[in-house]
Amino acid sequence: MNKKKQVRWKKYLPLYSMLIPGIVYLIINNYIPMAGIMVAFKKYNYSRGILGSDWNGFKNFIFLFKTKDAFTITRNTVCYNLVFIFAGTAAAVAVAILLSEIRAVRMRKMYQTLILLPFLVSIVVVSYIVYGFLSTESGLINHALSDAGKNKVSWYSDPTWWPFIIVMVHTWKNIGYNCVLYYAALMGIDSSYYEAAEIDGAGRWQRIRFITLPAIRPTVSIMILMAVGKIFYSDFGLFYQIPMNSGPLIDVTNTIDTYVYRGLMETNNIGMSAAAGVYQSVVGFMLVVLANWIVRRQDAENALF
Amino acid sequence: MVGRDKVFQILANCIMAVLVLYCMLPLLLLFSSSITEEQALIVDGYSFVPSAIDWSAYKYILIDSVQIVRGYGISAAVTLLGTVCNLTLTTLFAYPLSRRDLPGKTLIAFILFFTMLFNGGLVPSYIMWTQMFHIKNTFWALLVPNLMMNAFNVIMMRTYFTSNIPMELIDAAKIDGSGEYGILVRIILPMAKPILSTLALLVGLGYWNDWLNGLYYINQDRLYSIQVLLNRMLMDTQFLMSSAAQKLSVDTSQLPSTGIKMAIAVMGILPVLVVYPFLQKYLVQGITIGAVKG
Repeated sequence: MNKKKQVRWKKYLPLYSMLIPGIVYLIINNYIPMAGIMVAFKKYNYSRGILGSDWNGFKNFIFLFKTKDAFTITRNTVCYNLVFIFAGTAAAVAVAILLSEIRAVRMRKMYQTLILLPFLVSIVVVSYIVYGFLSTESGLINHALSDAGKNKVSWYSDPTWWPFIIVMVHTWKNIGYNCVLYYAALMGIDSSYYEAAEIDGAGRWQRIRFITLPAIRPTVSIMILMAVGKIFYSDFGLFYQIPMNSGPLIDVTNTIDTYVYRGLMETNNIGMSAAAGVYQSVVGFMLVVLANWIVRRQDAENALF
Repeated sequence: MVGRDKVFQILANCIMAVLVLYCMLPLLLLFSSSITEEQALIVDGYSFVPSAIDWSAYKYILIDSVQIVRGYGISAAVTLLGTVCNLTLTTLFAYPLSRRDLPGKTLIAFILFFTMLFNGGLVPSYIMWTQMFHIKNTFWALLVPNLMMNAFNVIMMRTYFTSNIPMELIDAAKIDGSGEYGILVRIILPMAKPILSTLALLVGLGYWNDWLNGLYYINQDRLYSIQVLLNRMLMDTQFLMSSAAQKLSVDTSQLPSTGIKMAIAVMGILPVLVVYPFLQKYLVQGITIGAVKG
């Protein structure tokens, strides 16, 4: 290295030293496991470890995609996410707009405070609450049903209602968060637009249609696209803990994440769960890159990279 | 015109009130069932208003139960320690990246950012943490995996620094003879209070509510945090037969009673709810910053 570069390095040494703990952590927590992806291509032998186990080529993947599980978990993960993204965004935007139209500022603040509460509750506690509603013997819903003369339902053994239950729980937990987010976007709209509209005699719905919605379109598209980029990932707690890992419900609640967990921890099927994990990471990566590319074409400064 | 507006206001408030009920009633169910007498719970079921009030569940867990107090202690220790470590790591990483003059910062930023796009998945991580680092059933297992630093927070902080800390300030400090660490501690940190508060809240919440690390790596009752304890009590029949469960049931011939389970669940969210009113504005800030490009 010539003298100039040497001096530059020395000058910045303290700053580089600050980066060291973070880099070490990233290497351990994120990058070594990335290398560990090779376990999906091996026949994992616990006593020989990852490096000592034999190569298996794509056998794990072939086994995985031969099962009907591969289709089920993909379908579940993607479909639930589509509902969460589109219905969730529509609901959050609607509530945010509604909130902004309310005159009483104190009420607005109170609403915002209260609907954010579910966000703070851990999913484990949520599973207790859901149990309180759906428990076969003592649940609130079954008691209400039997008081009305109907039969009790064995909620945790009957998959019929669970797609709705999952969506309801997810909405409960996230609507406050998303609403706050879009509300902030709404607050950023220049009020002079509204003033001009009022002068022109625009009514409330016209205002919303022609000013509010177009103004937040960039925010909404980015949020949607980023969410689509993550469509292969799911909230493990929502799909494992809330249905209480109940066997009969697995077909409608098994996502890629719960499949990987079950393969790793319950059935000790390392090969297939590792393959599922790689499947998720690779497709997920492609989707994020694609989503970002689309965002970049629309609105360059709003893309992630 | 004014009349129509009044109607709209009433309608809007009603809709919001319904939404608030949707959000609050489940929590009410939780609280109510934790103070309902055990027999009443079995006979009348869960309800929004207790049919017979009984505080013995709380009396039991706060006074008699070592397991719960211990669980609380673990949760609190992990949250405090974890938040401090995370904020330290994040600040140390975000500050150099915010310096326009740092050579190679784009590369380093990419190394950070790439972790948001691609990850190895649970299987390699699990194998690594248990086989290479042997963290199973250690305190580190609750602290280190996944939660100690994440790219999103670093990017948030870096953005805060680049928009709020003018280079002139740093140059002036250098002229005064300050070293880089000196600048960090004496100038950057005081100015970073808002972002530090926001991140402390988000990170703290993440640690307090975490149950995955405990699920993956812990099966000894001395290391159960509150959330992990709750998880095991609801789901794990093996746990229910174990000694830890015995310590939890008032009537040792039975599984932990429902009232006690609900009371523990309430304890799982109580600290968060208590702290929330004071920190709400930071939470809102965190959500809205996160929405804008990092």
